[in-house]
Amino acid sequence: MPGLEDLYREIILDHYRSPRNRGELPVPPATRTEGFNPLCGDEIVVFVDVVDDTVVDIRIDGQGCSISQSSASMMSAAVKGKTMAEVNGITRAFKALMSIHETSLGGEGAVDGDGDGIEGPEDIALGDLAALQGVVKFPVRIKCATLSWNTLAQALDEAST
Amino acid sequence: MTASPTTSTTEVPAFDVAAVKKDFPILSRQVRGRRLVYLDSANTSQKPRAVLDAIDEYYEQHNANVHRGTYLIAEEATAALEGARQKVARFIGASSTREVVFTKNATEALNLVAKAWGREHLRTGDAVVITELEHHANIVPWHQLRAELDLDLRWIPIRADGHLDLSDLDRLLDGAKVLSFAAMSNVLGTINPIDQLVTAAHDAGAIAVVDASQLVPHMPTDVGSWAADFVAFTGHKMCGPTGIGVLWGSEEMLDATPPFLTGGEMILNVTKEGFTPNELPWKFEAGTPPIAEAVGLGAAVDYLTGIDGGMQAIRQHEVELTEYALRTLGERFDDLTIYGPTDATERGGVLSFSFGDIHPHDLTQVFDQQGVCVRAGHHCAKPLMRVLGVSASARASLYLYNDTDDVDALADALAAAADFFAH
Repeated sequence: MPGLEDLYREIILDHYRSPRNRGELPVPPATRTEGFNPLCGDEIVVFVDVVDDTVVDIRIDGQGCSISQSSASMMSAAVKGKTMAEVNGITRAFKALMSIHETSLGGEGAVDGDGDGIEGPEDIALGDLAALQGVVKFPVRIKCATLSWNTLAQALDEAST
Repeated sequence: MTASPTTSTTEVPAFDVAAVKKDFPILSRQVRGRRLVYLDSANTSQKPRAVLDAIDEYYEQHNANVHRGTYLIAEEATAALEGARQKVARFIGASSTREVVFTKNATEALNLVAKAWGREHLRTGDAVVITELEHHANIVPWHQLRAELDLDLRWIPIRADGHLDLSDLDRLLDGAKVLSFAAMSNVLGTINPIDQLVTAAHDAGAIAVVDASQLVPHMPTDVGSWAADFVAFTGHKMCGPTGIGVLWGSEEMLDATPPFLTGGEMILNVTKEGFTPNELPWKFEAGTPPIAEAVGLGAAVDYLTGIDGGMQAIRQHEVELTEYALRTLGERFDDLTIYGPTDATERGGVLSFSFGDIHPHDLTQVFDQQGVCVRAGHHCAKPLMRVLGVSASARASLYLYNDTDDVDALADALAAAADFFAH
């Protein structure tokens, strides 16, 4: 049985207690996108400012559990200053981190969590985000960890249109 | 079945919770190496052996489709379904089985009221009054209807103590066509003044709809004396199976309501030109009904009424346990905020709480490691959560099979969470 320490790594609690890039950005030029986890009521707001194909600034608002909030905090630190291509790479790597383990838990024929066909890890350093690896042992919490990423993806879609 | 000998000298027989616990097979299960401590009965209740056996027996001995078979087991299946309806009718104080409509759950029952009665009788711009402590099941159907009919949806606010603020009730009801409210809050446990609200609705010329999902499992119910127009509740919160709910309606109201779902079973005649609906209550039961589920619900009613002292004894047990929980948790934890009325006689055993700065989802994760099942989230009552100023809460809810050991296990789990997140 996985222990709580597998889930609540110290770096996760650090990001939860001291979230990075917390707050709002003026809209426009930034975009504002809301994400909800209907399961538990977590609400996340992603402000993102994209200039010349680069995420020049990002802020996270809303409220949620330690997993959703720390994942959002780590995400903001990971994507700030990155090009869209780099952000997409990090997102894919993070989702692979979440889904590889789902596959091994789910056994034969299991697919990755959101069915987007991502397979296998990518050669991208996830840094602090790797601490969220333990989340996959608690399947209910995967949605907490991916909430901010799905919201970011939606925000970037909106920013690029 | 629980039929403990009465040894107490008090008016209500001593409640033998240990014997009750033994009636529920799942409660002897171990989870994560610990005793299962189930504190989520407001979400769904556990099922006693008697209910599980009744469902098995139905399928093993009597399974056939109802209201059409010409052979013995089909007659038995029909008798089982209609027998369950009779048990439910008696349990809630209905004057006739014609008033008891089986639905999938309380949500379907409330949708039936909003969409079948509402579409027939509401006009553009009509006012519908609900309260801030409603479950989404008594909000969203009205939202949908509002979009169609541009309804004026009005909200009875709640006070800081978790009771409805009825100071402005007359103005809110002025000109309204419907008052639809929860008998007991699924978040705060608040027991609402049913008689007062029904009377006020009728005085204003509105119909009264009661969502009794949280009340029927826990307290004596008498729809006859409530004198509302519709009452909705669900089977799975009252020791019955999932997939069966009830809409009680007065015959007058049900007659004035067109069929909701349509197809087989609900007709007297069908021609190329049209159809004639069946009599009450079958007019509202399209398709093969949930027969085994109804049988299970009937067995649940038998189980609850078979408890020594019946629903009154169950209510008293829960009041005492809720008092114990409010007292011991309050004494043990300074940073625990329990929402809703502080007097256990004014509320059900539904304890929603915040604990320090630990998010409810993190809290219940720690609880789960201790085998303690508690819900975290918005409890399908997001408007209420906004009024409370929180996005989520943890909710422990009690039922007849819970005891002080379960409350103590919750307290220990809270201590474990405080300890874990303090490091």
